[in-house]
Amino acid sequence: MIDSGSPLLSVEHVTVSFDGYTALDDLSFALASGAVHVLIGPNGAGKSTLLDTIIGRVRPASGRIVFKGNDLRAVPEYAIVRLGVCRKFQTPGVLDALTIEENLRVAVTQNRGAWHAFRAKPTAAERTRVDEVLAIIGLAERRNALAAELAHGMRQWLEIGMVVASDADLLLLDEPAAGMTHGEAEATARLIRSLAGRHAVIVIDHDMDFVEQLDAPVSVLNMGRMLAHGSVDEIRRNPDVAAVYLGRPREGDVAGR
Amino acid sequence: MIRRELGLVLVLVAAACAPLYLPAYELSLLGRFLALAVLAMGISLIWGTGGILSLGQGVFFGLGGYAVAMHLKLASADPGAVPDFMQWSGLNTLPWWWTPFGNPAFAIAAAVIIPGTAAAALAYLVFRRRVTGSYFAIITQALALAATTFIISQQQYTGGFNGLTGFTSAFGFALGDQRTQFGLYWVTVGIVAVTFVAVRALQGSLFGKVLLAVRDGENRVRFLGYDPLPFKVIAFAIAGVLAGVAGALVTLDLGVISPAMFGVVPSIEMVIWVAVGGRNSLLGAIVGTLIVNFGKDWISSVFPDLWLHVVGAVFVLVVTVAPRGIVGLMQSVRTRSLRLRPVTPPALVE
Repeated sequence: MIDSGSPLLSVEHVTVSFDGYTALDDLSFALASGAVHVLIGPNGAGKSTLLDTIIGRVRPASGRIVFKGNDLRAVPEYAIVRLGVCRKFQTPGVLDALTIEENLRVAVTQNRGAWHAFRAKPTAAERTRVDEVLAIIGLAERRNALAAELAHGMRQWLEIGMVVASDADLLLLDEPAAGMTHGEAEATARLIRSLAGRHAVIVIDHDMDFVEQLDAPVSVLNMGRMLAHGSVDEIRRNPDVAAVYLGRPREGDVAGR
Repeated sequence: MIRRELGLVLVLVAAACAPLYLPAYELSLLGRFLALAVLAMGISLIWGTGGILSLGQGVFFGLGGYAVAMHLKLASADPGAVPDFMQWSGLNTLPWWWTPFGNPAFAIAAAVIIPGTAAAALAYLVFRRRVTGSYFAIITQALALAATTFIISQQQYTGGFNGLTGFTSAFGFALGDQRTQFGLYWVTVGIVAVTFVAVRALQGSLFGKVLLAVRDGENRVRFLGYDPLPFKVIAFAIAGVLAGVAGALVTLDLGVISPAMFGVVPSIEMVIWVAVGGRNSLLGAIVGTLIVNFGKDWISSVFPDLWLHVVGAVFVLVVTVAPRGIVGLMQSVRTRSLRLRPVTPPALVE
């Protein structure tokens, strides 16, 4: 499937602009299969735009995105997902009119054609996967409740569960711990760590405590460009990052807390 | 659940036995309104489940009606002669596209296939451009106007404003005969039952779940790897088929199809039946169709000029006070009374 050595995802010199505002500026980035990677950066740095571009919601003005050897530029959004990319949005996008179990069933089904959906019965593997994910996100007891009835944190988990259930090779998680309590965020970090190896994951977050728990390499985006790569500690000690985050000139070791 | 299924079976039996206890006039109304309920269930599917508001279902109703009416017209004409209205327009040879309708099987198939294909084509062309919501409703409304204007303008081929009428027999049965009326009524009841079961199964399938998700957020569905387009096109085509079937049944029942039966105003009324009954419920679509149409018959006979005002007022009332229609009102009454005693919560999925 994938040549050893070639990355699962490579973003090559991608530029995206909205009405003259350059959201991504000649950005390049690569990710190997099964790797977890964190993206941080101030508001407007282009983190969400990068995910939007990978998933096909935004199309690059120049440059290209290659996933498993496929150039994604001309692939429709739904077909990108079928190639194996699944995204959790910043505002939870669960399917409110469906039950929790039905949400996961929609996500877990691999044959997503309309004709197939008429007679689709979940396969044994799909049923098992739904049960597994229900157990992981702790919603097994409430599987028949409507998604609309869930509290915010639970909605976040359901959506993470849907992304996991899709069994995509690349999971894009936009602020997965936003609005969660400390305990919930810890559990989310544990869940993401457990995904490594089976799925490649890109996580966007602001919260450095949460990022630290992910124990993964970090890239810092600023003004549509990559500012720095490194471990959480290295990023904390990086004076450029500190300058960007704190809005003041380099003062050495100020980013650490 | 079993009690509910039993209730539906009892209603079906009561409906099937209606010729035994209903006077002839009421029976013919009931038959016609049940035929309209087939169309209403299609609206419930696309609007209630799929979130697609169509103000042009009359067009598909008309296509089904004309397909059958063309056959009846040919069957009623003298052998070798063209239908009367063509003679009046000076047309002495049958247009080529009329000829196959002389075959009853072709006409029946056409009453299903032509509306379905037309609906699928319209839905594909419009939804492919990601046009949705009120823009789509306006397009369908314009289509209803264009279709009636076109049919009226082509009098020599379509019978124009008067439509097609003056049939003597249908598929070998005398139209005035009471037994034919009973037979048609039972066929209608059967089609209503089959449609109800089939659409409900569709709503319970993965197709129905994705369609429901498309209603609430097309993009979310897209980013789960589903292309909303075929789901919407197929649902709209099914609603088109159901409208065509209803048009064919009503044409057989009334012995006429004309542009006044499926233009802009009738198309809007169709949506109102479903809104009154409750668009999220198939049963609501049937109940709404029966209540509004029996109400129309009664009010029109007592105060002939009042009907349009009443239906407008009812629509405003439903939209503002009871957006989930009669069925929604009954559900909230029941949940309120259920709260008084401890019960197991109702299952959300059947």
